[in-house]
Amino acid sequence: MGLAKRIIPCLDVDAGRVVKGVKFVEIRDAGDPVEVARRYNEEGADEITFLDITASSDERETMVHVVEQVASEVFIPLTVGGGIRKVEDVRRMLMAGADKVAINTAAVFNPEFVREASDSFGSQCIVVAIDAKQVSGEGEPKKWEIFTHGGRKPTGIDAIEWARKMADYGAGEILLTSMDRDGTKIGFDNELTHAVAEAVPIPLIASGGVGNLQHLVDGITIGGADAVLAASIFHFAEYSIGEAKRYMAEHGIEVRL
Amino acid sequence: MGQRIAVLDYGMGNLRSVSKAIEHVAPDAEVRVTDDHGWIEAADRVVFPGQGAARDCMAAIGQHHLNQAIREAVQSKPFLGICMGLQVLVEFSEENEGTGLLGVIPGRVVRFAEDMPGDSGLPLKIPHMGWSRVEQVRAHPLWEGIEDGSRFYFVHSYYVVPEDDSLVAGVTEYGIRFASVLARDNLFAVQFHPEKSADDGLRLLKNFVGWNP
Repeated sequence: MGLAKRIIPCLDVDAGRVVKGVKFVEIRDAGDPVEVARRYNEEGADEITFLDITASSDERETMVHVVEQVASEVFIPLTVGGGIRKVEDVRRMLMAGADKVAINTAAVFNPEFVREASDSFGSQCIVVAIDAKQVSGEGEPKKWEIFTHGGRKPTGIDAIEWARKMADYGAGEILLTSMDRDGTKIGFDNELTHAVAEAVPIPLIASGGVGNLQHLVDGITIGGADAVLAASIFHFAEYSIGEAKRYMAEHGIEVRL
Repeated sequence: MGQRIAVLDYGMGNLRSVSKAIEHVAPDAEVRVTDDHGWIEAADRVVFPGQGAARDCMAAIGQHHLNQAIREAVQSKPFLGICMGLQVLVEFSEENEGTGLLGVIPGRVVRFAEDMPGDSGLPLKIPHMGWSRVEQVRAHPLWEGIEDGSRFYFVHSYYVVPEDDSLVAGVTEYGIRFASVLARDNLFAVQFHPEKSADDGLRLLKNFVGWNP
C-alpha cells in the first residue's frame, strides 16, 4: 500500500530540559532537547513528540524556545503537547516551528477548543491526546473511560465515543495512551487500540506500555495503529530506532528504513 | 552576498520550518519570508508553501495581493510549490463545495475516496499522513542524489489531477496512484513536505537552490 508505519519517540521536557534521563553514548548533554532530537533523527525517527511537563506557567515560554531550536536543526515532523489550552497556545507553538500540537485535558473541559483550533490552523496539525483506562470488570464487555490529570481523575466519558467525537470536531490524529499500561512495559492495550482504530477515520498513534520490539509490532498488527509512540525503550538505549524498524520490517510491517 | 530566496508569506502554514530548512541547505543565501512584491520580483528563486483549506489559501493569497506576483514568478524564475503550494496552482478544487484556484496549470484537485481498503481490514485513513514513496516517473535535475522510490512526508486529504500527464514528475500510491510532483520548465511542485522529510527532503531543497533551468 505504500505508507510506512511510523515510530515516534516521545520526550518529556521540564523547564526546557529532557527529564526521565536519556542514556546515549556519545551524547554530550542528554538533557538538551536539541541534542536528543538530533540523535533520534539520525537514528531514523519518523517524528518526534515533546511533552511539556513544566508545572509553572512562567516557564512555559521556555518550551517555545526549545521548539524553535529543534525546528532549526531537525527536519522531521515535531509534535508538542502539554499545556495547550488556548488557540493562542497553538499559534505560538506552530509559529515556533511545531508541526502539530497535542491537546489533552483542555479538549475534555472544552471540546469546542478542538473545533476552533482545527478551523484556525487545519486539522492536520491538531492531535487529540486521549488517556484511557479500562472500567469494565472481568467477564463484562470491555469498556474504557477518559481520565485526566495523568490518569487520576475519571470523567465518565467513554473512550471510543470520545475518539469519534474528537474526529468529528476536526482532530487530524488521535494519540491514544492506555493508563493501565503506561510504564508497565507489558505492551500496548491492543484491544483498546483496535476499538479506537475501528471507530475513527483518522490516523491513530498507540502509546503506553512498550517494553520490547514485539510490542511495537503487536500495536500495529493486532491493535491496528498507524504509528507507535514509545519513550523509555529508546531513551535508555535498550533499542535504537533503527533496530526497532528492522525488527518491524522483518515482521512484515512497512517502515521507512 | 549570495542569492535571494523568497518564501511567500500569506499567513498559511509552517513557514518557519520551510525557511529554516532552506537556510540549512543554503547558508550563504538570503532567505526571506515575505509578501513584499518588490522583494519577490527581485528574488532569484521563489518558494510557495501552504497548508490548510483551499478556500482559505485563496482568500489569504488575495488579502496579501500575491496573485500576480505568483503568476509572474511561475513564468520567470525557479519556483518550488509545497503541499497547498502545489494544489492552488491548478484550476479548481473540490474542497469547500468547489473553489477556483490560480489556474497556472490545467487540472483540478480532488479528495481521496472515503472507502479505499487499507491493511488490517480497516479503511485507509484520511488524511494521508506519513512517509510514502515517490516514484520518479521522469528524470529531473531536482531528483539528483535521491534514490527512486525514496520516502517523503505527506499530510493531505486532496491531490492534484493535471490535464497534461507529461507534467507529472513523481507518483505516489495511497489507495490509488496520484501525481505527487508536477514539473514544467522552471516550476517544480510537490505534494509532500521536503522541509520535514529528513535527508532526502533536504537534498531536494539543496537541488532546488542550485537549479538553473
